[in-house]
Amino acid sequence: MGMTMAERILARAAGKDQVQAGEFVVAEIDLALLHDIFAAGVFDTLIDVGVADVFDPDKAVVVVDHLVPAPSAEAAAVHQKIRNHVARLGIDSFYDAGDGICHQLLPERGHIRPGSLVVGTDSHTTSYGALGAGGTGIGTSDMVYALATGKLWFRVPETLRFEFTGDLMSLVSWKDVILHLAGRFGADAAQYRAMEFGGPAAARADMSSRLTVANMAVEMGAKFGMFAADDVTDSYLREHGGVGSDPFGPEADASYAAVHDIHLSNLSPQVALPHEIDRVSPIEEVAGLTIDQCFLGSCTNGRIEDLQAAADIVDGKQIAPGIRLLVAPASRRVLQEATRSGALESLIQAGATVMAPGCGPCFGGHGGLLGPGERCIGTHNRNFPGRMGSAQAEIYLASPATVAASALAGYIADPREVESTNG
Amino acid sequence: MADNVRTGEVMSGRVWRFDNDVSTDLLSPGAFAIDPVEVRMLHVLESINPSFAAEVEPGDVLVAGRNFGCGSSRETAAENLKVLGVACVVAESFARIFMRNAVAVGLPVLVCAGVHEAFAEGDGAEVDLTSGKVRNTDTDTELTGDSLPQEMREILTAGGILAVLRESTGQHLSL
Repeated sequence: MGMTMAERILARAAGKDQVQAGEFVVAEIDLALLHDIFAAGVFDTLIDVGVADVFDPDKAVVVVDHLVPAPSAEAAAVHQKIRNHVARLGIDSFYDAGDGICHQLLPERGHIRPGSLVVGTDSHTTSYGALGAGGTGIGTSDMVYALATGKLWFRVPETLRFEFTGDLMSLVSWKDVILHLAGRFGADAAQYRAMEFGGPAAARADMSSRLTVANMAVEMGAKFGMFAADDVTDSYLREHGGVGSDPFGPEADASYAAVHDIHLSNLSPQVALPHEIDRVSPIEEVAGLTIDQCFLGSCTNGRIEDLQAAADIVDGKQIAPGIRLLVAPASRRVLQEATRSGALESLIQAGATVMAPGCGPCFGGHGGLLGPGERCIGTHNRNFPGRMGSAQAEIYLASPATVAASALAGYIADPREVESTNG
Repeated sequence: MADNVRTGEVMSGRVWRFDNDVSTDLLSPGAFAIDPVEVRMLHVLESINPSFAAEVEPGDVLVAGRNFGCGSSRETAAENLKVLGVACVVAESFARIFMRNAVAVGLPVLVCAGVHEAFAEGDGAEVDLTSGKVRNTDTDTELTGDSLPQEMREILTAGGILAVLRESTGQHLSL
């Protein structure tokens, strides 16, 4: 019997010819990601358990992205500790405040290889499945173990496969697709499982779209969310790190827990309503709801393609009075690209506030939080109560185009109905 | 904190009952992400049950619906409950990372279909991790959950993944 992508990755990492869903393995870690919320604690604990070095400093990447720029003296002190630890341990792959969000930086700087096993102290580590890697989130104690030994236990997951056909309508994006999947199948549909995204429409999806989908696989509970590595992956890797890749995907006769066929041609823009990711409606059912804040950014949708999609909609127009539009590019490179392309100018001209590349508002940390009763529509990934400040605030999740259209209108709006400045 | 989990024994305690999709943002709010545990533990579940953190007693049991611990990878979600003295969380299902983190910090967890329906707030619960049996001592009903796989129970019994690591590096737990 053939293996799924998850089984192939875990078999290779565990030094076995074959593994099957349900089996426990001890696998070697190809890459470990830590960010600033947890890195200092992990490194302190390593010392506490008597481990002087990490198993391989070249297999660790540390990113300062959550508390950026440092919103308090405590946060700044945490960053100081991280810089000291990173220097002490000889970890060269260190990205400091302002470089960008980890899940943007690791693909963008060529750290992710198809077929590799990547663990991170962040749930959205599933993002790396966009490049055919097995990326998954772990906690800090597991990270201490992984850094000390280079290994970690895993239960081999079953896999749900999604086969996509058809073409998305103009102004409908893969963010709408993953929101639709969450709404249709539920927030725990992939609990303890992996997801594979395939079919002709997935093969046509660009890397930015794949990153959005794989990023949010965890919102359906998934351990991994993966696209096969193909010529899109190969081109992306050559442009972001220099070394291309061979194809990597599931074996032909792999066994799946379920296979779902999804046709994309008739999909409307989707919106996740408070306070659950699987409470999803087509835009037609929620358009008109007034809002206070719009957020364009995050590891889900803070790439140049996302900023450009929003800029194209607001270009030459003004956002509605009383609306705050916050824009946080996913990395400094994205910020530079958006500056060069003119996307940033269009957004600022329309009334946007540009923030440092980072995670602040999205995880409820700092910068752009919500007060009681306020309503925000954003391109990020979670709408739990209290996720973005007050537990009495409401968070709606949508695509960059929908968020931009809503900023112009002052209420949740369908991007397909925004009047063109030319027409 | 590092006390061993006696998985062979039955745990009994008073039930705090929660619904589906209790997120890590509720268990460990992002605004207190880098605060010490003494601060974090005051804010556990405050958005949905303001008296929980102050009134929960060592040995109490959490009963919940589906997808408990969904969201972030923050281990503090599990650690906070352990520090507050929660003996065990029994839920219809857990979010994967929370379950992994619970094992990693030595917080007993059990998946048990029907548990949300079978308990009311304040009921007495008896939980046997080895057999997976969960009993409501007020209504005298008994359910059988999915006892944790051996591999995960061994980590739990050792007191968490760091205890396992300490054993392998020659540093023993100071119990």
